[in-house]
Amino acid sequence: MKLIIPIKQVPETGNVKMDENTGTMIREGVESIINPLDLYAIELGIRIKEKFGGEITVISMGPQKAIEAIKEAIAMGCDNGILLSDKRFGGADTWATSYTLSKAIKKIGNFDLIICGERATDGDTGQVGPGIASFLDLPLSTFTSEITYMDEKMMHVKRLVEGGYELLELPLPSLLTVVKEISDPRLPTLHGKQKAKKVEIPIWGPEDIDAELDNIGLKGSPTRVVKTFHPQVSRNGEKYVTRDLESIEKAIEKLINLFKDKQVI
Amino acid sequence: MSLNEVWILAEQKNGKIQVVSYELLNRARTLADKLNVPLAAILMGCNIAEDEVQELIYRGADEVYLIEHTILNDFLAEPYSNALCHLIDVYKPQILLAGATSTGRTLLPHVAVRKHTGLTADCTILDIEENTGNLLQTRPAIGGNILATIKTPKARPQMATVRPHSTKPASRNPYRQGTLIKPLIPEKCFVSRVKKLDFIEDKTQEISLQQADVVVAAGRGLGRAENFKYIEELAKLLNGAIGASRDVVDRGWITYPHQVGLSGKTVTPKLYMAIGISGAIQHIAGMQTSETIIAINKDPDAQIFKLADLGIVGDALEILPVLIEKLKQYKSQHEQEVTE
Repeated sequence: MKLIIPIKQVPETGNVKMDENTGTMIREGVESIINPLDLYAIELGIRIKEKFGGEITVISMGPQKAIEAIKEAIAMGCDNGILLSDKRFGGADTWATSYTLSKAIKKIGNFDLIICGERATDGDTGQVGPGIASFLDLPLSTFTSEITYMDEKMMHVKRLVEGGYELLELPLPSLLTVVKEISDPRLPTLHGKQKAKKVEIPIWGPEDIDAELDNIGLKGSPTRVVKTFHPQVSRNGEKYVTRDLESIEKAIEKLINLFKDKQVI
Repeated sequence: MSLNEVWILAEQKNGKIQVVSYELLNRARTLADKLNVPLAAILMGCNIAEDEVQELIYRGADEVYLIEHTILNDFLAEPYSNALCHLIDVYKPQILLAGATSTGRTLLPHVAVRKHTGLTADCTILDIEENTGNLLQTRPAIGGNILATIKTPKARPQMATVRPHSTKPASRNPYRQGTLIKPLIPEKCFVSRVKKLDFIEDKTQEISLQQADVVVAAGRGLGRAENFKYIEELAKLLNGAIGASRDVVDRGWITYPHQVGLSGKTVTPKLYMAIGISGAIQHIAGMQTSETIIAINKDPDAQIFKLADLGIVGDALEILPVLIEKLKQYKSQHEQEVTE
C-alpha cells in the first residue's frame, strides 16, 4: 500500500498567551510543530502500513525549517519525505496550495491513499484536503472518524456529520481527511529518530513538479487579504463571587434572570 | 455593474430544508440588494416537496434552481460538485455562499478548485466593497485572535462558507413571489464512485451543537466523568446541546463530537455556558462569537471570565444541583400558569 500524507508545520498554540492590551497572540518563543490534526493522519497511515505493508511519503510545503516536521513524521514511522520550498510558493492561498501539493503528488506517481488532517490549526480552513481531491479527481471522504473495513481495492469509512455518522464506501485510490477520533497518535521512538536523521529529504521547487508559475504562490492565489484587525474579545461582564449558600442562591437568581432575559426558558 | 446573480446553496436532509439555508438567505438578501441583482437558492435532492421549495422563496429567494436526481438524495461530493459546476458554467453567478457545515466545507473547496476561483472559509461577516462591488469576506484567523477580511478581486464566482448560526434565519413572508427553475443537467454529472451505505444517528447529538440556541459546555472543573449528568440535565432544561473542552474529551469523559474549539467544532449559540472551563485559547476560538457567554469557575483569575457577560466564581458542583432544582421549579410553575 503506497500512502501519501501532506502535512503542515504550524506555530505551537498550546501554551500561547494573549497580550491583554493588544489582544494579539504573544508569538515570542513560540515553537513550530506538526499541525496537531496531521498527527492523526500520520498515525492512521502507520497503522495501515502495519497491516498491509508498504510505504508512507510525507510531503509539506513551507520554509526550509519545515524539514523538522517531516523528520518528526519519519521518526513516528513514515518512510520518506519531500519538502516543497521556494520563494515563488510563498503567499499561497488554499487554491494555490492545493494546486502545488497536487502537482507534487502527481510527480510522486502511484499511490493508493492520500490522508490529510481535517484542517490546520493556524489557517483553520479545511479546504486543502478536498482541494487536492478535486485537482486529482479522487474519491473523497472528509471528516473521516473511522475505517471500518479495508482491503487492497476499497474501504468503508465513518464520516462525522451533523447529528451522527455517515457510512461510506470508497474505491482506492482515494483521499481522506481525518478528525481526531480516527486514532491516538504515537510518539516518535528513539529508533525512529535515528532513522529520521539519516533520511535525505529532497527539496522541490516549481520546476521539479512542472508547476505553472501563474498558479503558485501569491500570484496563483485567487484571494487577497484586504486587512486584518483585532476583535474585541473582552466583554467585561459582571463577575459575581459565591462564598456560601446564600451567595449561591443569589448567583442562581442572576443566572435564571439572564435565562429569562435571553428567552431560553 | 454586472447583473449576475447572488447564489446560496440550500441544504436539505430527508427532503427537509435545513435552517442554515435560511440563515444564508438572510445574509445574501442584503448582498443582493446592495448589488441590485436577483438572489437565487440552489437546491439539490430527490422528490422534494413543493412547499419546501416554496419556503426558500418566502424567505427571500427570487429564484430557486431545483436539481432532482436519486443520486442527489444524500450529499455526495462528486455528483453535487458536477451539477454545481455545470450550473455555474451556464448561469455565471457572481457570488456563491454555503454554510460552513460538513457539506459546505466539502463541496465548496471541491468546486472552487474546478472553477479556479477563491474561497474563504467560515466567514462571520460579509459585505460589499464600495466602488468595486467585490464581496468582502471576514473570518476569524489564528485561533480567533485576529479577524481577516479577504476578497477575490478577479475570479468569479466569489465563494465563501458562512459559520452556521452566525446570523438569524431570514423571516418568512408567505406573500413573496419567486420563480422555480428546473435546469437541465447532463446525465453524466450524476455519477459517484463513493457510495453512501448508511447513516448512524448519534443520540447524544440530538440537538446539533452548531445549530443549538443554547450550548452547555463543561471542562475539567467538573471533577469527574459522572458529573456530566448535571450538564446533561441542565442542557435538557435549557433545550440546549452539550459541549466540552478538549481536556475532558481527551480524558474520555465525553465523545469527540462534543468538543468545542480549534480542533473541534466552532459554535455561535445565543447562549454559551462554560462550566469548569478555564478558557484556553483553543477553546475560546470555538465559542467567542456566541451572543451571550456565562462562565462558572472556581478560579477567579480564569481566562474565561474575560469573555463572560456573566461570570460566577464558585464550585460548579455546588451550584449546578441547586440551579437544576430551581429551573425545574420555575418550569413547572410556568407551565401551570400557561395551562391556567
